Amino acid sequence: MKAIVMRRTLSCAFVVIVGCFGSVLSLYAGETEAVQTLTVAAAADLKFALDPIVADFQKQHFNVMVRVSYGSSGNLFAQIDNGAPFDLFLSADIDFPRKLIENKKAVADSLFSYAVGRIVVWLPNNSPIDVGKLGIEALLSPSVRKIAIANPEHAPYGRAAVAAMRKLGVYDKVSNKLVLGENIAQAAQFVESGAADIGLIALSLAVSPKMKTEGRYWEVPLDAYPRLEQGGVIVSASKQPDLARQFRNMVVSPQGRETLRRYGFILPE
Amino acid sequence: MMDWVAIGLTARLAGCAALVLLAVGLPIAYWLATTRWRGRIFVEAIVALPLVLPPTVLGFYLLVAFGPRHHFGQWYEIVTGHLLPFSFGGLLIASVIYSLPFAVQPFTVAFRSLDPAFADIAKTFGATRLQIFRHVAVPMAWHGILAGFVLSFAHTLGEFGVVLMVGGNIPGVTRTLSISIYDQVESLNYAAAAWNSLFLLLVCFTILSITYLLQRHFRIA
Repeated sequence: MKAIVMRRTLSCAFVVIVGCFGSVLSLYAGETEAVQTLTVAAAADLKFALDPIVADFQKQHFNVMVRVSYGSSGNLFAQIDNGAPFDLFLSADIDFPRKLIENKKAVADSLFSYAVGRIVVWLPNNSPIDVGKLGIEALLSPSVRKIAIANPEHAPYGRAAVAAMRKLGVYDKVSNKLVLGENIAQAAQFVESGAADIGLIALSLAVSPKMKTEGRYWEVPLDAYPRLEQGGVIVSASKQPDLARQFRNMVVSPQGRETLRRYGFILPE
Repeated sequence: MMDWVAIGLTARLAGCAALVLLAVGLPIAYWLATTRWRGRIFVEAIVALPLVLPPTVLGFYLLVAFGPRHHFGQWYEIVTGHLLPFSFGGLLIASVIYSLPFAVQPFTVAFRSLDPAFADIAKTFGATRLQIFRHVAVPMAWHGILAGFVLSFAHTLGEFGVVLMVGGNIPGVTRTLSISIYDQVESLNYAAAAWNSLFLLLVCFTILSITYLLQRHFRIA
């Protein structure tokens, strides 16, 4: 008797599980049929700033679904260089899109510059360090054990952070305290969660709604590191270059520029 | 080309994890193999969880639980003097959890395949459960124990997701070989990535071949 009940329960559960899978699959199929999808590869410093731009774009193109993949610019570059199916690439360093054009992986005349990034020294509210007064010297405080930056090997913000620390003469004293985020958003997460004590992160993340109330920052002077010129390009493999071009136009439109300005970017003339 | 610092660190991490798993896994496996308690299937399910759970889930829990805002993290900091993220100890804890099934499952199978008559005989001579475990079960199940030890070592070599989330990529401390290869690929340093990948491939292949060879040898014998 018990065995029969058990068997029935199991077969019922099986039917329910298969049913769930089926309906999820059919939903997915329906969604991809109805709308066009634009796939954007974006540098991690755009994680919050791009959301309003995507929303504005979808207001005008309600049948287009925009999918954004965030990562370090170097990582995204390597993916596109190896044929990843993106339509548009928004890099934190314009050299990566340039190199894609050289490698014939991006449309030759589609290069555009959309913003200049800035870096800040960020720490959480409960930190005793007065970063406003100390500036870069805050990194030298005895209570600092771990400093989060993005990986300078492939993240432009990591490279800028190292350059700034060298220029301002603190790099050698803190180099053994550095922990490397895979991209600038992970570096921000390391310090936001308290796992690292202080971090050099993008201003665009520091002023985002999520982090604004969590901590304070000091802006690193622009002349302390090479200009973080952010550039984009349309990927050669894109099957919808016109749609990608329209999204690019939105990014550089007065509306898009206003959003980027709000997130702390300096705008090219 | 070869990242020897990362190779040394990875070998140290895998070796430590395999040893800890030997100490922790053997009692768990022996208990699982001998208990008649029906709730043991839940323990078995917990042990098997890392097989199916994404490493990001484990990474997230480790970051939060061992972070400075959580009691466990504060306690860990008082005991060890540092936080779990970005430390070798943190990676070791993560690896032990992550490779748990690769040690416990072969151990359990080996203990279960023993003829219970040996334990019964030992019992008639007045042996305690601990003595049976030490002098009868472990020596007789040694090939299964070796297999579990080697598999947990090999599995730790290949750990990636958790390390990426809680490691912080510090050379010699948390930059394991799998992370180093990831960095090399992202930096478009394909030659170095190829050499280090080939090295890892050959090591893992050799380890697994030896394991299966041992298993076959002893099944026939």
